[in-house]
Order: sequence, then C-alpha cells, then structure tokens
Amino acid sequence: MTQTMAVAKALNESLRKALENDPKVLIMGEDVGKLGGVFRITDGLHKDFGEGRVIDTPLAESGIVGTAIGLALRGYRPVVEIQFDGFVFPAYDQIVTQLAKMHARALGKIKLPVVIRIPYGGGIGAVEHHSESPEALFAHIPGLKVVSPSNASDAYWMLQQAIECDDPVIFFEPKRRYWDKGEVDVSALPGDLHQAVIAQPGTDVTLAAYGPMVKVCLEAAAAAANEGRSLEVVDLRSLSPIDFDTIQASVRRTGRLVVVHEAPVFYGAGAEIAARIAERCFYHLEAPVLRVGGFHAPYPPARLEEEYLPGLDRVLDAVDRALAY
Amino acid sequence: MSVKSTAAGGAPAKGRGRTTRAAVAKRGSGEPGLVQLLTPEGERVEHDDYAIDLTPEELRGLYRDMVLTRRFDAEAITLQRQGELGLWASLLGQEAAQIGSGRATRPDDYVFPTYREHGVAWTRDVDPLNLLGMFRGVNHGGWDPNENNFQLYTIVIGSQTLHATGYAMGVAKDGADAAVIAYFGDGASSQGDVAEAFTFAAVYNAPVVFFCQNNQWAISEPTEKQSRVPIYQRAAGFGFPGVRVDGNDVLAVLAVTRAALDHARSGQGPMLVEAFTYRMGAHTTTDDPTRYRRDEEREEWASKDPIARLKTYLEREGIADEAFYAEIDAESDALAKRVREGVRNMPNPGTMAIFENVYADGSALVDEERAQFAAYLESFDTGDTTVGSTVGTGH
Ligand SMILES: Cc1ncc(C[n+]2csc(CCOP(=O)(O)OP(=O)(O)O)c2C)c(N)n1
Repeated sequence: MTQTMAVAKALNESLRKALENDPKVLIMGEDVGKLGGVFRITDGLHKDFGEGRVIDTPLAESGIVGTAIGLALRGYRPVVEIQFDGFVFPAYDQIVTQLAKMHARALGKIKLPVVIRIPYGGGIGAVEHHSESPEALFAHIPGLKVVSPSNASDAYWMLQQAIECDDPVIFFEPKRRYWDKGEVDVSALPGDLHQAVIAQPGTDVTLAAYGPMVKVCLEAAAAAANEGRSLEVVDLRSLSPIDFDTIQASVRRTGRLVVVHEAPVFYGAGAEIAARIAERCFYHLEAPVLRVGGFHAPYPPARLEEEYLPGLDRVLDAVDRALAY
Repeated sequence: MSVKSTAAGGAPAKGRGRTTRAAVAKRGSGEPGLVQLLTPEGERVEHDDYAIDLTPEELRGLYRDMVLTRRFDAEAITLQRQGELGLWASLLGQEAAQIGSGRATRPDDYVFPTYREHGVAWTRDVDPLNLLGMFRGVNHGGWDPNENNFQLYTIVIGSQTLHATGYAMGVAKDGADAAVIAYFGDGASSQGDVAEAFTFAAVYNAPVVFFCQNNQWAISEPTEKQSRVPIYQRAAGFGFPGVRVDGNDVLAVLAVTRAALDHARSGQGPMLVEAFTYRMGAHTTTDDPTRYRRDEEREEWASKDPIARLKTYLEREGIADEAFYAEIDAESDALAKRVREGVRNMPNPGTMAIFENVYADGSALVDEERAQFAAYLESFDTGDTTVGSTVGTGH
C-alpha cells in the first residue's frame, strides 16, 4: 500500500505506528505535546495517546536523556526529541558516559532501547545552534548506533526499526528535507536498518552520502548525466555501523569515490570512509578518495549558508578532480 | 504555602547594604509574595522593603524607554514579516521587566542576556541595529560585549547564567565595586546549568543577580511544566534570597533589582529576582501560540500592560503633558525609520567571512581551507574578481 507523504509526515506516522504497536513506547521532549513539536513531527499524538505516552518535559536535555535511560531500565522504550542539533550538548554527557556504555558494563544483562531524534543540518535560514551536523561526535562513541534517513520511505521505516532496536539509536533527521515528499509503502517489508542502498546506479564515480546530501548527490548525478558522465549514488542510511560492503562493491565498479556531507570534513564521517575504502579497495582505486563537506569553521550566519553548504557545483568539482587522475 | 517571607534563611549577612528581606506586598497585587509599587490601575502603593522615590524626569524617562522599546520590537516583527529578518523573538509585554532591571544597573555592572533582552540592551546604550544582525543572519552577535558591558545574546538556554557567575567571581576577586546580572526565562530554570550557576554563586558568594523573567511560557510549556514551586522560592534551597516582583510594574522592578544589585555589590552574595510577567506575543515569529494558549489568558494580561499603567500614573499626577507624548511619538517614528532603513541596508558578509575569527591565533588548517575555497570560487571565472561579494543580497 503506497502513499505519498512528506518526510515529516512519514516520521509522524511512524511514531503513531510505534505507539500503537507497543504500549511501552513513550515520546518525550520539549514541546512535543500540544504543540506537536516545533517541526510538528509529533502532531496529534498527544491528543490521541495522552500525556502518559507523549510527555512534555521540562526544558532540560540532560534530564530528558537521563530520565529516558531510567525509563528504559524499567522496561520502557523512550523516543526522545531533541529540539535542534545544537541543543543536544547539555545531554551529551548522559548519552556518551551513560547511555552508550551501560549495556557493556552490565555484561549484556540490561538493554537500553532509547531513540534520540535530532533534527540536524542546515539550509533553513536559522540562527546559530540550529543548523549543525554533529553526527561524527556520536558515531565515534562505541555503544551508540547512528542513522539518518534521506527520504520519506526511510523516515517511516527506519524510525520504527530504531524504536524496535534494543540498542540506543541516535536518529538524525535531515530537517531541510522535512517538507520533501516521497512514496512510502507502508505494507512492504523494510530492509536492514544499517544497510546502505544504491540510490542511483552509475559507472564512472561513486558518490557516498547520507541524510540531506543524498538529494544533492542525486541532482549532481542528473546534471553529470547531461554531460555524459555516469555517477553512482550510495545512500549510506547508517553511520554506525557503516555498510562498507556496499560502498566497496560500488567503488570496485567505478574506481572512484567522493564522500559528501554537510559536517566539517576535518575528523568527519568522510575521513573514516576514506580510510576504510583506501584499505579495502587500494588496487581498485583510480583516484584518491575525495571528500566534500563543511569547513573547519563555525556554521556561518544564514546569509552565508548557501556558500558554506556543499551544493551541486562543489560535488561536481570533486567529481572532475576524481576523474582527472 | 507560606508567603510570609521570601528571603532564604541561609544567606550570609555580611557587609552593609539595605535589607533584602522581602515581605508580602501590602495590597493590590493579588499574587502572593509579589512586590508591587504601581497597580495595574496605575495607582501608587508602598512596600516596606522596596521604597523608591523618582523625580518626574526619571519617571518620564522610564516611560520613554518602554515606549521606544515596544516600538522597536514592533518594527522588528514587521521586518520579519517582510522577509528582512529570518526570525524575531519579541519582548512585547516584558518592557517593564527589562527597562526596570536594566535601569537599575550601573555602567560598571555587567549584563548577561538571553536572546530576548532588547529592552535591557536599550538601557545599556547598545545600538538597536546591532541586535538585528543575528536575526537577519549576517552575523552571530554583532557587537563588542565590553563596550557597554552587555554580553552577546545567548541562544542555548541557561548557559549564560554560569558565565555570569564566573564573571561575578572575577569581579569579587578584583575587589571591584560592581555587580553582574544574568537574565533567563522560566523554562531555563529547569536547566542543569542554571542549578549549577546557583550552586557556584552561593558557594563563592558571587556578586550576581539572577533575573528570571517568568513570562509564563517556554514555547508551548507553561511554568508548571518546569517547577512545582514559585521560581523565586528556589533560591532558598541554594542558600540565597529570592524575591518575586510584579514584572509589569516598572517601578517595582527598578526598586527590587536595584536592591538586589546593591546586595550583591556590597558583598552579600547572589540574589534571585523573579519578574512575574507575560509574553504577549508568540515565542518567536515561527511559533503558533493558538495551538497551546487560550485567548482569554492573553486578554487578562493585557489589562496589566506595563506601559498603560505607568501612563495612567503619569497623567493622574500631572507628570507628563501632551507635548511630552507628542515628542515620544515623533521619537518612536524616527527610531522605527532608522531601524527599517538600517536593516534594509545592512550589508551581507563576504563569503570569506566564513573563515574569519575562527581562532585568535590563526590556524594552518583554516588557512588551507580558505585558500582552497578561494581558488575554487575563482575557478568559475565570472569576471567578478571580488570573492567577498558573491552572495546575493536577498532582497
Ligand atoms: C538548550 C536549549 N534547548 C532548547 C532550546 C530551544 N528553545 C529556545 S527558546 C525555548 C524556550 C525558552 O523558554 P524560557 O526559558 O521560559 O524563555 P522565554 O523564551 O520564554 O523568554 C526553547 C525550548 C534552546 N534554545 N536551548
């Protein structure tokens, strides 16, 4: 049964489904109740499931995540909303020092099925702390799983899979794609949460991206096709773990890899991918793995974000450079 | 719940300075523990602990400050609707809390604001245009905090209360005759940072006033979703006094904040002031209060309007005449015009501003990325050699 819906609506439907299917699922966060969240991802859930299931919390991120840990220890499955990327840091201590490690410390005897939803990334003209891409800071932490959907179908399915997962999952939502519509087959069986997919097959260069940058890469592939170039786009979907097999297989076909993300390049996800693929595909690579991403500078004021964010031109420029080897 | 005394028991009582024992307002306020000097009907009332005697000129000054601040705020909302600003956080309804407290500060005091303190900025002589840069998206701050002892706006809720406390610890170490004031909202009172600021301020007896503007809402969440006791009472648990003041009464806010700053300045340590007020508009221009708030509530608070009540008082006492109001009207129009034109003509930053001021001492990494990006931009070879002007003006 296929329906067309925006990413935001897909997330909303996904949460609704999770609340219906499992009485242990709870939604928690600032303004998630009557307001339905600042992006309306929880719209209508408070009305239909009540404030025992959809909980407006005090304005305290460490408190939100810390209590979610306690609820999870008690058998609940909290799905926490952090209002914006830049506001996860008051909770970073709880996430890194507690949430990520408890399962290991308890020798596997306890589970921490906590999902932390974070609208992330730029492109919406916001003020500071509202446009950041801190995913590498979480992917670096053992014990956390980190995923990011790029389209409505993945938004719908990956969120439910994250909620069903017995490990903590940091669920990064590409906020500038919230209003993008796509097909969602609500009856299909979803794929593995951590498997990358080929979003666009091609033969000359592999573009690896996730979240908000997948669309940019698909546009770049379309533009390149006009010039007779065939780009393959891999949507990673998951950043921890990363499905290196799919990237490797693609790079063996194309011989070239460009990794694209909004986050600063320095110490970013692209660094990990470049290193692993260099290791795995050394004899198949025709060019060094190139990275396109943010600069080693604070996310700029809104009037400069068009320049800061990797767009079509910067991706195609990297493709040119890869092909020039 | 006892409302007999709002003072905390554990506050160290050394040094001079006026007593800070707040008592129940004698009459008029209707809210327990609320210090009030001017009723919503514009009637002057007295309070045992917070007497104030202002000259007609000072009273007119407070009125002028509030009217101009409100006009500035209204103009900013309009500019946001016209697409000139990306966002605006309105202070409508909170003018007395901000002007009263801001006017209580001395030049050497230091202010740590949130993102809504446009009225306080006004009292510190910060050019209103400077406040608009971050909302227009041309910078992340836009003024030198040390010029008027007015720190940059803080968006991450509660962070600045710790900075204020640390600054105050420094003031105390220096033996300076100054105090620090930290602004935050009722929602912010839930943050760990704020609790930690209270702890540090109390332990080190820091000369800091925590000024909470309880405007009843943190976006969609009412104060009850943050606290089960009135916010001013929280100070007691940390060992310093807390007092609740009618935040729509500019005289009371001025008197209470002045007393609190004196208390801090004279070595008696921190104090919490809760200004009980109301956010008349939306949280920001992206918010839709109809989803969570009743209209009647807003109407009820409209009858406590801070500007209207001072005006009633000025008129009753014959402190201001028609000429005065006409003068303020003209001044308001001029301010609005200046702000409108100033915003429209605000230049966009050059692209290379991305790489500016990342480090005070510079960084080879930033230099490398800057050079690479400049070369990349030049590769388009549009004939436009000014790399710094590649951004559209947006209007
Ligand atoms: C750490 C953090 N979490 C969330 C937010 C998003 N946010 C911005 S303002 C706000 C509500 C603030 O309410 P309050 O402290 O009462 O101040 P008010 O805006 O009402 O003046 C929220 C949740 C933020 N800016 N910082």
